[in-house]
Amino acid sequence: MAENTATHKSGLRRRVENFFIGLASAYRFVERFFREVWFPPYEFKEFIRQCYQIGYNSLPLISLTGFIVGVVFTNQSRPSLAEFGATSWLPALISIAVIRAMGPLVTALIAAGKVGSSIGAEIGSMKVTEQIDAMEVSATNPFKFLVVSRVLASTFMIPVLVMYTDFVALMGAFFNVNQHELVSLSTFFVQVFDALSFLDITSSLLKSLVFGFTIGIVGCYKGYNSTKGTEGVGKAANSAVVMAMFLIFIEELLALQITNFFRQL
Amino acid sequence: MQKKVIEVRGLKKSFGDLDVLKGVDLDLYDGENLVVLGKSGSGKSVLIKIMVGLLTQDEGTLKVLGHEVSEMGSKALNQLRLRIGFSFQASALYDSMTVRENLEFPLVRNVKGIGKAEKDKLVESVLESVGLIQTINQMPSELSGGQRKRIGIARTLILKPAIMLYDEPTAGLDPITCMDINKLINQVNEEYKTSSIIITHDLTCAKVTGDRMAMLIDGVFSAEGEFEEVFKYSEDPSVKSFYDYNFIQ
Ligand SMILES: Nc1ncnc2c1ncn2[C@@H]1O[C@H](COP(=O)(O)OP(=O)(O)O)[C@@H](O)[C@H]1O
Ligand SMILES: [Mg+2]
Repeated sequence: MAENTATHKSGLRRRVENFFIGLASAYRFVERFFREVWFPPYEFKEFIRQCYQIGYNSLPLISLTGFIVGVVFTNQSRPSLAEFGATSWLPALISIAVIRAMGPLVTALIAAGKVGSSIGAEIGSMKVTEQIDAMEVSATNPFKFLVVSRVLASTFMIPVLVMYTDFVALMGAFFNVNQHELVSLSTFFVQVFDALSFLDITSSLLKSLVFGFTIGIVGCYKGYNSTKGTEGVGKAANSAVVMAMFLIFIEELLALQITNFFRQL
Repeated sequence: MQKKVIEVRGLKKSFGDLDVLKGVDLDLYDGENLVVLGKSGSGKSVLIKIMVGLLTQDEGTLKVLGHEVSEMGSKALNQLRLRIGFSFQASALYDSMTVRENLEFPLVRNVKGIGKAEKDKLVESVLESVGLIQTINQMPSELSGGQRKRIGIARTLILKPAIMLYDEPTAGLDPITCMDINKLINQVNEEYKTSSIIITHDLTCAKVTGDRMAMLIDGVFSAEGEFEEVFKYSEDPSVKSFYDYNFIQ
């Protein structure tokens, strides 16, 4: 009897405890990244390989979604602007929406699904099949070789992919505008760039860096801490995606607050 | 008196409430094949992982080639690790690399300025040792379980280790492949002049490869000696049941 209540109590307590243990271990993981990233050996080859992998993996999907987002958003915005006879503002409106919010967000969410899950699964399966231990006993620092290279690669590649998505989305928008308003490509892009400020572009890129870092580090963390068995690997991949997407939205919100602060200066 | 390459005294290790090793004493002498027997979950893997610094003991001492592993800095530990070959239970071949790249990995990371010709020569020579030269350009996923084990062993041989640690080298293999692996272990011992610890719960493997056996029961070594001594004359019921169980299977 007494034992029963004790285990019941510890059930709830254990969950709270586990939450904080998880938080602490995530913190230690991030801290370890920042401790190790500065010192050699630098795994340059692995970094390049990962950059290529990330680009190659997400390019087709990002091209498609970017273009569709551009077309659809333009099409849906037209009626509201048409009410004020202001459809000529379409390029400027789309430009701001794409660069400030949709480009980074769409890219990061897709990359969280594609890149985050594949990092989580790859590192997770290396963990459970003792490949990480094998690296360690052959005197290679697996954290540097696997984690640092992947986190840096995704931090670097997501902004690159965001620029690409921005471009594709704007092309989608142009495609739609060109059909309806007969605007030429050069006029369209002059209007697009006129609408943008320096702050828009830098904040968009900085935000993308943060998204990239998040996707990489969450994938690695989940993989590195995955539990034994193939089930553990699946769970690592899955929770990497969920966690990364959740954090991306939180970061988007924070970025909005911060840029608004700078805009008012 | 023969030279000791590994000396373990009073080694203890727990995970939370689970006491896995409860005061282990063990010696590995130069040139011998020592078989460590024990039920699954008895802490055999934990013991050899402590030997290469993948885990750290709670209490006790563990000297490898004269060095106390738990007290080594990371540089010195890495130097020591290069002299120990660790064959993992699941082979632990790098999935994303070919057989050749798997074998080159320890070389290119640890032998500075090694030329391509020398690298190829070493890779081919270890592949020949394990009899799998034809798989050089294959991916690990294309190999059978026995082949993966051999490549895993070859990868550790490439740096010419002084000590080999085999974690259940025959687990999950068919009897004929088991025999091949057993022969390979003996061949490695002769060819590379290694001292080895072979972890297993397969008594055939133990009998064929071991010069000496030690049986891990409830966190301590309770029976030790040659195969016959350990099993024919032991009065310990858990040793007896281990023996019977193996042969009923
Ligand atoms: N890193 C670890 N964390 C927690 N428990 C572990 C860890 N490694 C091993 N154990 C536990 O220690 C016990 C012995 O494990 P192991 O040495 O792998 O057994 P075996 O003799 O089959 O090789 C098992 O109960 C296992 O769950
Ligand atoms: Mg084991």
